[in-house]
Amino acid sequence: MIKQHKLWQSKSEVKAQITDRLAAILPGEILVNIKDLCFKRGSRVIFDKANLVIRRGQVTAIMGPSGTGKTTLLKLIGGQLQPDSGSIEVAGFNVHQLSHSNLYFLRTRMGMLFQSGALLTDLNVFENVAYPLREHTKLPESMIRKLVLIKLEAVGLRGAKDLQPSELSGGMARRVAMARAMALDPTLILYDEPFTGQDPISMGVLMQMIRKLNDASRLTSLVVSHDVQETAAIADQIYLIYGGKVMGQGNPKQLLDSDSPWIRQFMDGLPDGPVKFHYPAPDLQQDLFTHA
Amino acid sequence: MPRQLAQLGQTGLNSLGKLGRSLLVLIAITGGVPALLFRPKLIIRQLYIVGVLSVVIITVSGIFVGMVLGLQGFYVLSQFGAAESLGMMVAASLVRELGPVVTALLFAGRAGSALTAEIGLMRATEQFAGLEMMAVDPVRRVLSSRFVAGLMSMPILAAIFSAVGVLGGYLVGVALLGVDDGAFWSQMQAGIDLQRDLVNGLIKSLVFGFVCTWIALFEGHDAIPTSEGVSRATTRTVVHSALAVLGLDFVLTALMFRN
Ligand SMILES: Nc1ncnc2c1ncn2[C@@H]1O[C@H](COP(=O)(O)OP(=O)(O)OP(=O)(O)O)[C@@H](O)[C@H]1O
Ligand SMILES: [Mg+2]
Repeated sequence: MIKQHKLWQSKSEVKAQITDRLAAILPGEILVNIKDLCFKRGSRVIFDKANLVIRRGQVTAIMGPSGTGKTTLLKLIGGQLQPDSGSIEVAGFNVHQLSHSNLYFLRTRMGMLFQSGALLTDLNVFENVAYPLREHTKLPESMIRKLVLIKLEAVGLRGAKDLQPSELSGGMARRVAMARAMALDPTLILYDEPFTGQDPISMGVLMQMIRKLNDASRLTSLVVSHDVQETAAIADQIYLIYGGKVMGQGNPKQLLDSDSPWIRQFMDGLPDGPVKFHYPAPDLQQDLFTHA
Repeated sequence: MPRQLAQLGQTGLNSLGKLGRSLLVLIAITGGVPALLFRPKLIIRQLYIVGVLSVVIITVSGIFVGMVLGLQGFYVLSQFGAAESLGMMVAASLVRELGPVVTALLFAGRAGSALTAEIGLMRATEQFAGLEMMAVDPVRRVLSSRFVAGLMSMPILAAIFSAVGVLGGYLVGVALLGVDDGAFWSQMQAGIDLQRDLVNGLIKSLVFGFVCTWIALFEGHDAIPTSEGVSRATTRTVVHSALAVLGLDFVLTALMFRN
């Protein structure tokens, strides 16, 4: 009995420490620290000693060709995947060494926008956004309603609150998912390709929203995106990843002015250069003209 | 030959691994049950989906099975001049065997496959990952309520099946074939024993409900998250549930009806 009590106490102590530490990090200080990250899928190396830092209060962008592991990186930060070696620290806590319940506690302070939206299909738009509030707070219904409507208004979908996820377009679903990710006012928001499938108008609005949200509520944002111009317009810091490594980093101006052929190719969208468009494959001629 | 041996070994290992995973899932599911006591709404919703929506198919099947029992029973019993025992025969076969077993088979086809498909698709569309990132444990949140609902529904469905089946037997035996009304019921009353028949039938349906729901939830959770993976998992749910129910029925009957 006594032992159990202690265990319970030390668990909630860690939670209190997490809360304290998250509150103590000042803007500009390191919030997420990724050190020598290595990760493999089968025999395919996704990360090979990658190092990144994400600073409090900034919008950090991760860019890189399709299939380099950007989504994988977000899942690693969220503790859904285990790295093979290296560490990921959020507010000084190694995400992959936290206990189940402490990891879940930390996640209440993170919001994540999935590439696919990942809305719950048995709930309508309103209930989807209300879901984290209902799960993690004891707010009265009237308060939940106000909060949800405010979040939906921010993504321009207050009018769609009664629709089912199946009745949404891809871009709309992603905006609902964005409202849901913001619902608990997290400390860190991870956006996986927020601009994909958005028309130029909603793209502009969402860009402004990410930036404003970040600045207004002491938020830290991590944006994964392919859209060079848009990302450069809102990011404080950009990491370019390719081949499991960080190939370039800096503020948008530094990268746009860089003369590294690799960074140039990516920022200018050139087909030829050091980056390969193709997934690793044998020679095309050989593949086409040999019989399996 | 060595290759076949290796394959055999691999299959064995895979099955063992699967058994282990299913046990882990079961443990996680039961871990989520206490929290459900504070949120009965979650269970009620699943009771509706898993249980109430199965009532129609159970009722219709129950009537027909009861009517067939009435017909067949009458032909056999009347050869021995024992047609009055029809009520007892119909009720005993339903309560002891057909009620729990056929209900479980129908349940696996109707509710079990739906559970597997739903959970498999939730995983395929990253809803489980989404829940995890919202700091909600998907096993506890999604699977536990469905598990409790399946466990609670099965005995009730089996009872409905048996009750309706008795009526079907009555319809055929008394109304159609002219067995004596009073004898039909009184023989049934005298022949059916609370402990031997009703309680044992209840235990069977509880066991089947447990196994069928467990299989359905585990297969959904373990499915490869693609349309093909989910479709295969759904098939496996129905096949494995059917085999498990029939096999367990033999074991349970042997244990329960020893003299
Ligand atoms: N579940 C999985 N099993 C095996 N390999 C996977 C799995 N998910 C992703 N991969 C591999 O990991 C690599 C990185 O995937 P990831 O989804 O992180 O790419 P990405 O950078 O987000 O690409 P995109 O910009 O197209 O979304 C890919 O090469 C992919 O083949
Ligand atoms: Mg991706």
